[in-house]
Amino acid sequence: MSQNIERSIRDLREMDTLASGDSPLHKVSAGVKLLVTVVYILVVVSFDKFNMSGLMFMLLYPALLFAVSGIPVSTCFYKLRFVLPLVCAVGIFNPILDRTPAFEIGSFVVTTGMISMITLLMKGVFCLMASFLLVASTRIEALCAVLRKIHVPSMLVTLLLLTFRYAAVLAEEANVMTQAYSLRAPGQKGIHYKAWGSFLGQLLLRSIDRADELYSSMLLRGYHGEFYYAQAGGGSIRDVLYAVFWCALFIAARCVNFTQLLGTSVMR
Amino acid sequence: MIRFENVTFAYEKGKPVLSGVSFAIGEGETVGLIGANGAGKSTVMKLLLGLAGPGAGNKGVSGTAEGKILVDGEEVSPRNLTQIRRKLGFVLQNSDNQMFMPTVWEDMLFGLLNYGMPQQEAEQRAGQVLKELGQEKLKGLYNHKISGGEKRMAAVATVLAMDPEVLLMDEPTSALDPYNRRIIINTIRKLPCTKVITSHDLDMIYDTCGRVILLSEGRIAADGPAETILRDRDLLEANRMELPLRFQ
Ligand SMILES: Nc1ncnc2c1ncn2[C@@H]1O[C@H](COP(=O)(O)OP(=O)(O)OP(=O)(O)O)[C@@H](O)[C@H]1O
Ligand SMILES: [Mg+2]
Repeated sequence: MSQNIERSIRDLREMDTLASGDSPLHKVSAGVKLLVTVVYILVVVSFDKFNMSGLMFMLLYPALLFAVSGIPVSTCFYKLRFVLPLVCAVGIFNPILDRTPAFEIGSFVVTTGMISMITLLMKGVFCLMASFLLVASTRIEALCAVLRKIHVPSMLVTLLLLTFRYAAVLAEEANVMTQAYSLRAPGQKGIHYKAWGSFLGQLLLRSIDRADELYSSMLLRGYHGEFYYAQAGGGSIRDVLYAVFWCALFIAARCVNFTQLLGTSVMR
Repeated sequence: MIRFENVTFAYEKGKPVLSGVSFAIGEGETVGLIGANGAGKSTVMKLLLGLAGPGAGNKGVSGTAEGKILVDGEEVSPRNLTQIRRKLGFVLQNSDNQMFMPTVWEDMLFGLLNYGMPQQEAEQRAGQVLKELGQEKLKGLYNHKISGGEKRMAAVATVLAMDPEVLLMDEPTSALDPYNRRIIINTIRKLPCTKVITSHDLDMIYDTCGRVILLSEGRIAADGPAETILRDRDLLEANRMELPLRFQ
């Protein structure tokens, strides 16, 4: 149990560590990255559900970003391990509901239902990867700063920031408490059910206290819902080029099937 | 600079933590606030900062207070809290709760940037403070990957970077090794600002403070020169404390 909690603390902290990296991607301003991510997701989602080959091209974006940023792809899939099955489950009934044959590979009939399932799956995974890349290459404070800039209410943004920080505090407290418990209950696996009530109550109180003190500590140093310390940035030529390049490419890819184009020109 | 006028405070109704506390601390004075565990030392600091009592709105978890608390002639209240807090620097008893940014360096910049200092100037200031404290190695480190004592030094650094008019330190030397403890003592002695320091480390108090206020169960048991109070064995022992080691 204690090990589980420790792992989730590491998970949370690791996002911080990833986000404070120093690659070209990290240097792109948060606002531009947010914009490109949103456009990417919109374009990916808008693809026709049978247009698998066209969608394939959109893999270029996450693939390139993973390569440039040095963020390991494995970390992405490891962190998303709980969400991925859900995404996969979404299209699971398509092959059963839609059995119109599309084409044959040998004697195996591929139905349009299968294609739409795979397309849906790809859409889900692509969007998750893009969101992950955004969070893993951008500091939470910088993201909050951008949200403030586009006039998301400061209440909501503070809430987001504190949730992010509170999760770590909660996990740390849980860790300390399970360690303290197991030191005084040798040979016990986990926590005895009789202690659950007081354990949870105590955990809640302690982490609220700590979160409260942390928040006071922010207030004492002048925090009032604005993020002067995180540069929302934006406006450098490089940032503009980055945004224009990707958005143009996404939209072009939506209109022209590059995968097919590439395929036919190679064949010729 | 700081004034408590007949302050009575209770976190929970009917259980006063401070009763009828009055004292005044002048500009540039360094005062040691001592007393047994639970005497109310941290509470005095929270009241000053508006983390409890009138400054926090005097309701709910913030407890109920009577009397007046003044900082630089202004009464601590929700209305002028921002100005008052700007003047105060607070080193928390528990450094874990003080640092909230991923790295020590960002934590140091946080306050400066919030108060509108330009990035470059803030970095210069923070770098200088780390150097003065001999803690340059902390600069790139993550807050969750440093030891308890290092965290304490980092917490002190974040507060000193703000260059406060009044420095409130709750147990600044707990968890520190002798070398870092000495650095803190020397730093306190060098700083010209008003300082209020609580500690059970009476040798440190003797080294840094000219005046001592002794709290006992929420009342002031003694208030006077460190030289007299810290040498008074009977007074200290009556209040669950001992003479500083050097006088034993
Ligand atoms: N949030 C709170 N709610 C209720 N009671 C509290 C709260 N914080 C402190 N107290 C009570 O107030 C009293 C004084 O606490 P305080 O933290 O000021 O003591 P202290 O002098 O700083 O002690 P220490 O030397 O242990 O740090 C304690 O008896 C404690 O039980
Ligand atoms: Mg205390």
